[in-house]
Amino acid sequence: MDILETVLVRNNLLVAFALVGVTIWISYLVANRFTAGRIHGSAIAISLGLVAAYWGGVTTGGTRGVADIAVLGGIGLMGGGMLRDFAIVSTAFGVKFSELKKAGIAGVISIFAGVIVSFVVGAAVAILFGYTNAIDITTIAAGAVTYIVGPVTGEAIGASEAVITLSVAAGLVKSILVMTGTPLVAKYIGLDNPQSAMVFGGLMATTSGVAAGLAATDPKLVPYGAMTATFYTGVGCLLGSSVLYFIVNSIF
Amino acid sequence: MIVYGVALLSVCLSLGMFIGEVLGVLLGGEANVGGVGIAMLFLVMASNSSRFKALTEGAAGSGIQFWSAMYIPIVVAMAAQQDVAGATEGVLLAVTAGVAAVIVSFALVPVFSKIGKSSNADSTQTTGGSDA
Repeated sequence: MDILETVLVRNNLLVAFALVGVTIWISYLVANRFTAGRIHGSAIAISLGLVAAYWGGVTTGGTRGVADIAVLGGIGLMGGGMLRDFAIVSTAFGVKFSELKKAGIAGVISIFAGVIVSFVVGAAVAILFGYTNAIDITTIAAGAVTYIVGPVTGEAIGASEAVITLSVAAGLVKSILVMTGTPLVAKYIGLDNPQSAMVFGGLMATTSGVAAGLAATDPKLVPYGAMTATFYTGVGCLLGSSVLYFIVNSIF
Repeated sequence: MIVYGVALLSVCLSLGMFIGEVLGVLLGGEANVGGVGIAMLFLVMASNSSRFKALTEGAAGSGIQFWSAMYIPIVVAMAAQQDVAGATEGVLLAVTAGVAAVIVSFALVPVFSKIGKSSNADSTQTTGGSDA
C-alpha cells in the first residue's frame, strides 16, 4: 500500500487526469440517463467537484478543497490558475471576426449588455448581503457573469479563497438555471428565431447553459446562441478585472 | 507540428498576462488588469491572420484545440479545489446572485431582440431576421 501511495503522490497530476475523467464520464451518464440531457453533463461534473471540495475541506481543515489531500494534489495543478487561464484562452481559437459581423449590432450589444447587467445584479446582491469591500463585491459580481469570469477576476484582483468560491457557485447556479429554465420561458421571451437566439446567447452566456437550454427549446437555434456566447467569456474576462473593477473601486 | 499551436497559445497568454500586470502597475493597483481577456484577443487576431497560418492550421491547430477540449475538465478540477467548506455561509448569496442575474437577463432578451429586428427591417424589409 505504501508503494502504491508513493507512486500516486509522485504522479499526482496523472491521478488528477484520471479522476476528473471518471467524474466527467459519470456526470455525462447521469445527465443523459436521468435528466434526458436537460442538465448538461458539465454542470453535474462541476457540482460534483464542488461537493468533493467541501468534503476535502472538512476532512483536512485546509482551504484548497481536495487538493490538500496528498494523493489529489494534482487537482491543484490541473485546476490551478496557469492551466485554467491556458484552457480559457484556447477557447478563443477559431473565433472568426466574420461571425461577430453575422451576429449584428444586436448581438454585439447584447454581449456587452449581458456582461454588464449580470455584473450589476451580482454586485447589488453582494452589497445587499453586507459586503463593503470592492474586491469582494467585484469578484461575486463577476461570478454572476459566469463561473469562469468570477475566479479569473477574483484572482487577478487578489480576492480571498472563500469569496472566489462564492463566485464559482453563483456562476454555476446561473448556468444550471439557464439550462433548465430556458425551455420554460422561451415562449414568453420570443425565443423562436436565430436573431433572438443570438441575443439570448449574448445576454445569458455560460456556453454550456445556452447550448443545453436552446437544445431543449429548439436544436436549430443552438449554433446561433453558441456563436455569441463564446464571445461572452472573453469580454467578461476583459472587463471584470479592469473597467468594472475600477468603477466598483471608485464607489467603495 | 502540434507544438507550434501550443507555443502560440503560450505566447498569447504570457503576453496578455504581462500587459495586464503592467496595466495594473500603471493604474496603481496590485491587480492583473484584463490579462486573460487581452490574451484571448491576441489568439483571435492570430487565428484570423494569414501571417500566422503555420501556427494555427493543421496539426498546429489541434495543439490549441486539445486545450480547448480540456476546458471543462480543468474547470471541474478548479471546482474541486475551491474553499467550499469555508464558504458555506455564503450559499444563499451565491444562489441569490445567480438567480437574480438569470431573471434580469431573461427579461432583457425581447428588449434586445427588438433592436436587431428594427435594424434588420431597415436594410431588408421583407426578410427581417430570417436571413441569418
